[in-house]
Amino acid sequence: MNSDKITKSVLFSVSILILMLAAGMVYSLVGGAIPAFKAFGLNFIISGEWDPSEGRENYGALPFIVGTLLTSFAALIISLPLSFSTSLFLGEYYKETKVARIIGLLVDLLAGIPSIVYGLWGFYVLRPFLIDLGFGGQGFGIFTASLILAIMIIPYATSLSNEIIRMVPNDLKEAAYSLGATRLEVISSVIIPNARSGIVAGYILAFGRALGETMAVTMLIGNTNIVPTGFFQTGNTMASVIANQFGEADGLKLSSLIAIALLLFVITGVVNALGKMIIKKFS
Amino acid sequence: MTNTIAEIKNPILSIRDLSVAYDKTYAVKNVTVDIKKNAVTAIMGPSGCGKSTMLRALNRMHELYENIKTEGQVLLNDENIFDMPTIKLRRQMGMVFQRPNPFPTMSIYDNVIAGYNLNGIRVKKAEKDEIVERSLRDVALWSEVKDSLMKKGSFLSGGQQQRLCIARALAFNPEVILLDEPTSALDPIATSKIEDLLVKLKENYTIVMVTHNMSQAARISDYSLFLYLGELIEYGKTKNMFTNPIDPRTEEYLTGKFG
Amino acid sequence: MESINTLLDQDHSTRRLLKDKLVLAGIILFSLLTVSPIVLIISKLLVKGYRQISLDFIIKNTPDTYEAITAVANGEIIPGGIANGIVGTFLMVVLASALAIPIGVLTGIYLYENQGKRMSNLTRSVSDILQGVPSIVLGLISYLWIVKHVTMGYSALAGSISMSIMMLPMIVRSTEETLKMIPQTLKEAALALGVPYHKVILRVLIPTGFSGLLTGILLGISRILGETAPLLLTALGSSMINLDMTKPSSAIPLLIWEFYNDPNMVDLIWSSSLLLMAIVLILNIVSKQIIANRR
Repeated sequence: MNSDKITKSVLFSVSILILMLAAGMVYSLVGGAIPAFKAFGLNFIISGEWDPSEGRENYGALPFIVGTLLTSFAALIISLPLSFSTSLFLGEYYKETKVARIIGLLVDLLAGIPSIVYGLWGFYVLRPFLIDLGFGGQGFGIFTASLILAIMIIPYATSLSNEIIRMVPNDLKEAAYSLGATRLEVISSVIIPNARSGIVAGYILAFGRALGETMAVTMLIGNTNIVPTGFFQTGNTMASVIANQFGEADGLKLSSLIAIALLLFVITGVVNALGKMIIKKFS
Repeated sequence: MTNTIAEIKNPILSIRDLSVAYDKTYAVKNVTVDIKKNAVTAIMGPSGCGKSTMLRALNRMHELYENIKTEGQVLLNDENIFDMPTIKLRRQMGMVFQRPNPFPTMSIYDNVIAGYNLNGIRVKKAEKDEIVERSLRDVALWSEVKDSLMKKGSFLSGGQQQRLCIARALAFNPEVILLDEPTSALDPIATSKIEDLLVKLKENYTIVMVTHNMSQAARISDYSLFLYLGELIEYGKTKNMFTNPIDPRTEEYLTGKFG
Repeated sequence: MESINTLLDQDHSTRRLLKDKLVLAGIILFSLLTVSPIVLIISKLLVKGYRQISLDFIIKNTPDTYEAITAVANGEIIPGGIANGIVGTFLMVVLASALAIPIGVLTGIYLYENQGKRMSNLTRSVSDILQGVPSIVLGLISYLWIVKHVTMGYSALAGSISMSIMMLPMIVRSTEETLKMIPQTLKEAALALGVPYHKVILRVLIPTGFSGLLTGILLGISRILGETAPLLLTALGSSMINLDMTKPSSAIPLLIWEFYNDPNMVDLIWSSSLLLMAIVLILNIVSKQIIANRR
């Protein structure tokens, strides 16, 4: 009996570690960000200035918030038709076949490629390709970054939707077939309505991943610290500016970067929590 | 096999040498039989003898699954079912499944009219209402749900849900209704309601029903098929089969020697 | 019957069947398009990186810029290798695992044993949220905690800490899921024999669920191997092999980043990436094999 009690308390204390870890992270981020908020107030969030010159330092997070949201939304939209088709391919049309296993494997591999490798490929292959297509300039910018992000989040969107689509019970599909529906009609009137929340949750989670991507974006977005006004302009995201400007950052600059990290932390936290909540409600 | 083809004039379904194989193993072997119009035909036999497999071959449900092969010929009113598009076939042969499966995301109304909606057939609202009411009346569900047509069917009892599924199949006015053990998931009262319903329906439809319950077959069917290990052992008028089975295996099954 | 027949005639069967076929074609096309990048990327790595791979590549340290310029000018393969990166990655991963595995597994066991309780729901939610935190933020945290206050400077330790925070939620989740799949009767049989709880865990649950736990760990490792961003803020990089965890260290992704930024070393990025991908791939294949063997 005694040893059981000890075991139980050991397990309990170890689990508290995670809570403490999370709390500690919030504490450090908030603490580190305070100087920046003290200096600029809430204006920090809507200010588009990023000037590290000595004596007149002024930092604002707007360029990066816009950059992050633009690239992530664009990535989601670009990836939607591709990942949706693939999840239907894997979860319905070719379910359980050898072809599906191969394609499924390839999609999994997409998820395993490190961000920096995507960045390299984007830089050396995708960029010249886009320049050839006539997109002009050096090929950097929001669009290029969004494109590579889209490829990176496809496996996440696909695998979750695929699971949900596969779980739609056979007898519902058969009922629709027995009424003379074509495959397409069974998909649109039975499978999708029954898998809807799972599919949406999958996309929300994929979006959450796009928000935090750093390396590939850094290598393709052009690194300018202004609010982008066009889709083919260069810019920066919250994640990439931290990676870029971190160098010898100190004092107010460091604090501003920490503040940006805090914002990123909060945004990704909320998006992920939303996605998980939808999944929970659905199952 | 006891062959009574000659007895049925103008059968609505002519089945010749129907065989179904799962990955090379034959679950149904060379079944040849005629089905009489406007009658209830029961398919009986011990578990795993191929009854459902045979039934599902009739509306070509097996084509959904790659590892299942169907051979043989089935004529519906002299037309080979394998020569017509499945979407046309399935409007003439409705199917009701073992566990009630109304579409959970649709209302009762939409469930009944689902066949039309899914097929993209445009029907005026007034006609739709008429079809829904007729189908629900035919299954004796109208008075129970007429005030909740727009609600989803999840509040209905198992028996009511199954009747809803039958109404859904009836909405097309099919020639034949295939039922796969329609009452095995229901309680005795719901079961008897559905049995009464099927007897009533045979006036306008042909009913082919798989059942694992011989007394059900005895109660409501006009003709019975006895399948054993995928082969058709005996077929004939139910009354005759039960009182005077010809094949010894039929007799053993009916007297409960194996089940 | 009459009216139904005319309705059925207008159902546009051919049009519907055509639509059905067209959409299928589109789906196949899009799916192939979706997987094309992986084929393109891997072939690019193979084509450009193949030349550079040799035994030297694995056991020698990175060359300096001068050696690189000379080699490129002479059309030769750049000498040296990425040994410092390989050792650095290896050490940091080992340390990260040593921290994350025990904590993760124990937490997973706790969650498994306390299904439905408020505390475990909270822990699970927090773990899930942690999993979604971008790696660069974790790197920043490790910078604030370790670089600034523990090692007073960039260090391999800081790199390991950021890696272990990344691995932790993955291990927690895979442990809990693996244990949930073990039939209750097994645990009950052990308890019914009077076996103390901790022995049930050590001798029955963990061995039975071992392959699942192992898979979770291997997948976790394969994920952190390729992370560059947090290391930029913690381990910084080094041109030599470094065994002192309190000092900066190299790592394979860091080297790739350095090569990318140095116009003379650029040729090395392909072979390094190839090596990195090979390791990630092997880990993934091994995990899948373990899962398959379990069936």
